[in-house]
Amino acid sequence: MIRLPLLLLFSAFLFSTGIYGVLARRNAVMVLMAIELLLNAVNVNLIAFAGELQDVTGQVFALFVIAVAAAEVGIGLAIVILLFRNRASINVDEVDLLKW
Amino acid sequence: MNVHEYAFIVVATIGSIAALAVVTARNVVHAALYLVVTLASVGVTFLLVGAEFVGWVQILIYVGAIVILFLFGLMLTKAPIGRDALDYQNRAVGAIVGIVFALGLGSLILRAWPIGSTPAPPTIGGGSAALGSALFSTYVLPFEAVSFLLLAALIGAIVLARRDEGT
Repeated sequence: MIRLPLLLLFSAFLFSTGIYGVLARRNAVMVLMAIELLLNAVNVNLIAFAGELQDVTGQVFALFVIAVAAAEVGIGLAIVILLFRNRASINVDEVDLLKW
Repeated sequence: MNVHEYAFIVVATIGSIAALAVVTARNVVHAALYLVVTLASVGVTFLLVGAEFVGWVQILIYVGAIVILFLFGLMLTKAPIGRDALDYQNRAVGAIVGIVFALGLGSLILRAWPIGSTPAPPTIGGGSAALGSALFSTYVLPFEAVSFLLLAALIGAIVLARRDEGT
Protein backbone atom coordinates (compact mmCIF):
# COMPACT_ATOMS: atom_id res chain seq x y z
CA MET A 1 0.00 0.00 0.00
CA ILE A 2 1.61 3.27 1.09
CA ARG A 3 5.32 3.08 1.83
CA LEU A 4 6.41 3.98 5.34
CA PRO A 5 8.68 7.02 4.61
CA LEU A 6 5.89 8.87 2.78
CA LEU A 7 3.60 8.60 5.81
CA LEU A 8 6.43 9.51 8.18
CA LEU A 9 7.33 12.59 6.12
CA PHE A 10 3.71 13.77 6.25
CA SER A 11 3.72 13.24 10.00
CA ALA A 12 7.05 15.08 10.42
CA PHE A 13 5.70 18.04 8.44
CA LEU A 14 2.55 18.20 10.58
CA PHE A 15 4.68 18.01 13.74
CA SER A 16 7.00 20.82 12.63
CA THR A 17 4.04 23.01 11.69
CA GLY A 18 2.49 22.36 15.08
CA ILE A 19 5.75 23.25 16.86
CA TYR A 20 5.85 26.54 14.97
CA GLY A 21 2.21 27.20 15.86
CA VAL A 22 2.75 26.54 19.57
CA LEU A 23 5.79 28.83 19.66
CA ALA A 24 4.53 31.67 17.44
CA ARG A 25 0.88 32.10 18.42
CA ARG A 26 -0.14 34.17 21.42
CA ASN A 27 -3.90 33.53 21.23
CA ALA A 28 -4.61 30.58 23.56
CA VAL A 29 -7.19 28.97 21.24
CA MET A 30 -4.69 29.05 18.38
CA VAL A 31 -2.10 27.36 20.62
CA LEU A 32 -4.64 24.60 21.34
CA MET A 33 -5.21 24.17 17.59
CA ALA A 34 -1.46 23.78 17.05
CA ILE A 35 -1.39 21.15 19.81
CA GLU A 36 -4.07 19.26 17.85
CA LEU A 37 -1.70 19.27 14.86
CA LEU A 38 1.03 17.74 17.06
CA LEU A 39 -1.31 14.99 18.31
CA ASN A 40 -2.41 14.21 14.75
CA ALA A 41 1.21 13.83 13.68
CA VAL A 42 1.65 11.25 16.44
CA ASN A 43 -1.50 9.44 15.28
CA VAL A 44 -0.22 9.25 11.69
CA ASN A 45 2.98 7.69 12.99
CA LEU A 46 1.09 5.13 15.09
CA ILE A 47 -1.09 4.10 12.15
CA ALA A 48 1.90 3.97 9.78
CA PHE A 49 3.76 1.56 12.04
CA ALA A 50 0.59 -0.46 12.68
CA GLY A 51 0.53 -1.08 8.92
CA GLU A 52 4.25 -1.70 8.67
CA LEU A 53 4.35 -4.23 11.54
CA GLN A 54 0.88 -5.72 10.84
CA ASP A 55 0.03 -5.18 14.49
CA VAL A 56 -3.27 -3.85 15.82
CA THR A 57 -1.65 -2.19 18.86
CA GLY A 58 -0.86 0.99 16.94
CA GLN A 59 -4.52 1.44 16.04
CA VAL A 60 -5.59 0.91 19.67
CA PHE A 61 -3.20 3.57 20.88
CA ALA A 62 -4.29 5.95 18.11
CA LEU A 63 -7.83 5.63 19.50
CA PHE A 64 -6.53 6.38 23.01
CA VAL A 65 -4.70 9.45 21.72
CA ILE A 66 -7.91 10.69 20.08
CA ALA A 67 -9.84 10.22 23.33
CA VAL A 68 -7.18 12.04 25.39
CA ALA A 69 -7.11 14.85 22.80
CA ALA A 70 -10.88 15.27 23.17
CA ALA A 71 -10.52 15.53 26.96
CA GLU A 72 -7.63 17.97 26.57
CA VAL A 73 -9.61 20.27 24.28
CA GLY A 74 -12.59 20.25 26.65
CA ILE A 75 -10.51 21.22 29.68
CA GLY A 76 -8.35 23.62 27.68
CA LEU A 77 -11.27 25.56 26.30
CA ALA A 78 -12.89 25.69 29.75
CA ILE A 79 -9.68 27.24 31.11
CA VAL A 80 -9.55 29.67 28.17
CA ILE A 81 -13.15 30.78 28.77
CA LEU A 82 -12.41 31.24 32.48
CA LEU A 83 -9.33 33.27 31.56
CA PHE A 84 -11.34 35.44 29.20
CA ARG A 85 -13.96 36.04 31.88
CA ASN A 86 -11.36 37.16 34.41
CA ARG A 87 -8.94 39.05 32.18
CA ALA A 88 -10.93 39.99 29.02
CA SER A 89 -7.97 38.70 27.01
CA ILE A 90 -6.69 35.24 26.08
CA ASN A 91 -3.16 36.17 25.07
CA VAL A 92 -0.89 33.64 26.73
CA ASP A 93 1.91 36.17 27.24
CA GLU A 94 -0.28 38.35 29.43
CA VAL A 95 -0.92 35.53 31.90
CA ASP A 96 2.26 35.88 33.95
CA LEU A 97 0.99 35.87 37.52
CA LEU A 98 3.19 32.88 38.42
CA LYS A 99 6.21 34.20 36.57
CA TRP A 100 9.12 34.96 38.84
CA MET B 1 4.01 3.81 -7.08
CA ASN B 2 0.46 2.56 -6.99
CA VAL B 3 -2.89 4.31 -7.00
CA HIS B 4 -3.02 4.42 -3.20
CA GLU B 5 0.27 6.27 -3.06
CA TYR B 6 -0.80 8.81 -5.66
CA ALA B 7 -4.03 9.40 -3.75
CA PHE B 8 -2.06 9.71 -0.50
CA ILE B 9 0.33 12.27 -2.01
CA VAL B 10 -2.58 14.43 -3.18
CA VAL B 11 -4.33 14.19 0.20
CA ALA B 12 -1.12 14.81 2.17
CA THR B 13 -0.26 17.85 0.05
CA ILE B 14 -3.69 19.37 0.68
CA GLY B 15 -3.41 18.58 4.38
CA SER B 16 0.08 20.07 4.66
CA ILE B 17 -0.93 23.31 2.93
CA ALA B 18 -3.96 23.56 5.21
CA ALA B 19 -1.74 22.92 8.26
CA LEU B 20 0.49 25.82 7.22
CA ALA B 21 -2.63 27.94 6.81
CA VAL B 22 -3.76 27.00 10.35
CA VAL B 23 -0.62 28.44 11.92
CA THR B 24 -0.41 31.52 9.68
CA ALA B 25 -4.06 32.55 9.24
CA ARG B 26 -5.00 36.13 10.16
CA ASN B 27 -8.56 35.22 11.18
CA VAL B 28 -9.20 32.69 13.94
CA VAL B 29 -12.37 31.29 12.33
CA HIS B 30 -10.50 30.73 9.06
CA ALA B 31 -7.81 28.90 11.04
CA ALA B 32 -10.46 26.61 12.55
CA LEU B 33 -11.84 25.85 9.08
CA TYR B 34 -8.34 25.09 7.74
CA LEU B 35 -7.94 22.79 10.72
CA VAL B 36 -11.00 20.87 9.46
CA VAL B 37 -9.22 20.30 6.13
CA THR B 38 -6.04 19.07 7.85
CA LEU B 39 -7.90 16.72 10.20
CA ALA B 40 -10.02 15.34 7.37
CA SER B 41 -6.93 14.69 5.26
CA VAL B 42 -5.37 12.79 8.17
CA GLY B 43 -8.60 10.76 8.42
CA VAL B 44 -8.51 9.98 4.69
CA THR B 45 -4.88 8.91 5.13
CA PHE B 46 -5.99 6.42 7.78
CA LEU B 47 -8.64 5.07 5.40
CA LEU B 48 -6.04 4.72 2.62
CA VAL B 49 -3.67 2.81 4.88
CA GLY B 50 -6.52 0.44 5.75
CA ALA B 51 -7.31 1.52 9.32
CA GLU B 52 -11.00 1.99 8.62
CA PHE B 53 -12.31 2.30 12.16
CA VAL B 54 -9.64 4.77 13.30
CA GLY B 55 -10.18 6.78 10.11
CA TRP B 56 -13.90 7.17 10.71
CA VAL B 57 -13.37 7.88 14.41
CA GLN B 58 -10.88 10.58 13.40
CA ILE B 59 -13.42 12.21 11.08
CA LEU B 60 -16.34 11.89 13.53
CA ILE B 61 -14.54 12.97 16.70
CA TYR B 62 -12.16 15.57 15.31
CA VAL B 63 -14.14 17.14 12.48
CA GLY B 64 -17.49 16.58 14.15
CA ALA B 65 -16.81 17.34 17.78
CA ILE B 66 -13.45 18.95 18.49
CA VAL B 67 -13.64 21.60 15.76
CA ILE B 68 -17.14 22.51 16.96
CA LEU B 69 -15.68 22.92 20.44
CA PHE B 70 -13.01 25.20 18.98
CA LEU B 71 -15.63 27.28 17.18
CA PHE B 72 -17.59 27.62 20.44
CA GLY B 73 -14.41 28.68 22.19
CA LEU B 74 -13.73 31.28 19.50
CA MET B 75 -17.25 32.64 19.70
CA LEU B 76 -17.16 32.95 23.50
CA THR B 77 -13.80 34.72 23.50
CA LYS B 78 -13.48 37.87 21.46
CA ALA B 79 -10.40 37.39 19.27
CA PRO B 80 -8.69 40.19 17.37
CA ILE B 81 -8.07 40.00 13.62
CA GLY B 82 -4.57 40.19 12.17
CA ARG B 83 -1.28 38.38 12.54
CA ASP B 84 0.28 41.06 14.71
CA ALA B 85 -2.43 40.56 17.30
CA LEU B 86 -2.47 36.75 17.05
CA ASP B 87 1.28 36.08 16.92
CA TYR B 88 4.30 37.02 18.99
CA GLN B 89 6.41 39.66 17.33
CA ASN B 90 9.49 37.45 17.38
CA ARG B 91 7.86 34.55 15.54
CA ALA B 92 11.04 34.14 13.44
CA VAL B 93 12.47 32.13 16.35
CA GLY B 94 9.49 29.77 16.14
CA ALA B 95 9.95 29.51 12.38
CA ILE B 96 13.62 28.59 12.83
CA VAL B 97 12.75 25.90 15.39
CA GLY B 98 10.04 24.52 13.10
CA ILE B 99 12.31 24.43 10.04
CA VAL B 100 15.10 22.75 12.04
CA PHE B 101 12.60 20.15 13.28
CA ALA B 102 11.31 19.53 9.74
CA LEU B 103 14.77 19.19 8.21
CA GLY B 104 16.09 17.04 11.04
CA LEU B 105 13.14 14.64 11.11
CA GLY B 106 12.99 14.52 7.30
CA SER B 107 16.66 13.66 6.86
CA LEU B 108 16.45 11.09 9.68
CA ILE B 109 13.43 9.39 8.09
CA LEU B 110 14.91 9.36 4.60
CA ARG B 111 18.20 7.97 5.91
CA ALA B 112 16.46 5.17 7.82
CA TRP B 113 13.92 4.30 5.08
CA PRO B 114 15.05 5.46 1.62
CA ILE B 115 11.93 5.95 -0.50
CA GLY B 116 13.35 4.08 -3.50
CA SER B 117 14.35 0.90 -1.70
CA THR B 118 11.59 0.51 0.90
CA PRO B 119 8.99 -2.13 -0.01
CA ALA B 120 5.34 -1.24 0.36
CA PRO B 121 3.67 -2.97 3.32
CA PRO B 122 0.40 -4.85 2.79
CA THR B 123 -2.94 -3.39 3.86
CA ILE B 124 -3.72 -3.52 7.57
CA GLY B 125 -5.45 -6.85 7.99
CA GLY B 126 -8.32 -7.87 10.20
CA GLY B 127 -10.20 -4.60 9.96
CA SER B 128 -12.43 -3.49 12.80
CA ALA B 129 -12.95 -7.01 14.17
CA ALA B 130 -9.30 -7.45 15.18
CA LEU B 131 -9.22 -3.92 16.58
CA GLY B 132 -12.34 -4.50 18.66
CA SER B 133 -11.19 -7.80 20.11
CA ALA B 134 -7.78 -6.32 20.98
CA LEU B 135 -9.41 -3.27 22.56
CA PHE B 136 -11.72 -5.31 24.77
CA SER B 137 -9.35 -8.14 25.73
CA THR B 138 -5.71 -7.08 25.89
CA TYR B 139 -6.31 -3.36 26.38
CA VAL B 140 -9.48 -3.41 28.45
CA LEU B 141 -7.82 -1.82 31.50
CA PRO B 142 -6.42 1.18 29.56
CA PHE B 143 -9.82 1.46 27.88
CA GLU B 144 -11.55 1.77 31.24
CA ALA B 145 -8.91 4.25 32.38
CA VAL B 146 -9.61 6.39 29.30
CA SER B 147 -13.35 6.30 29.98
CA PHE B 148 -12.69 7.44 33.54
CA LEU B 149 -10.43 10.20 32.20
CA LEU B 150 -13.20 11.40 29.90
CA LEU B 151 -15.65 11.47 32.82
CA ALA B 152 -13.18 13.45 34.93
CA ALA B 153 -12.57 15.88 32.06
CA LEU B 154 -16.33 16.32 31.59
CA ILE B 155 -16.90 17.15 35.25
CA GLY B 156 -13.79 19.31 35.37
CA ALA B 157 -14.86 21.36 32.34
CA ILE B 158 -18.32 21.93 33.83
CA VAL B 159 -16.87 22.98 37.20
CA LEU B 160 -14.34 25.32 35.56
CA ALA B 161 -16.64 27.04 33.09
CA ARG B 162 -19.64 27.42 35.39
CA ARG B 163 -20.30 30.87 36.80
CA ASP B 164 -19.98 31.00 40.56
CA GLU B 165 -23.28 32.03 42.09
CA GLY B 166 -22.83 33.79 45.40
CA THR B 167 -20.17 31.47 46.82
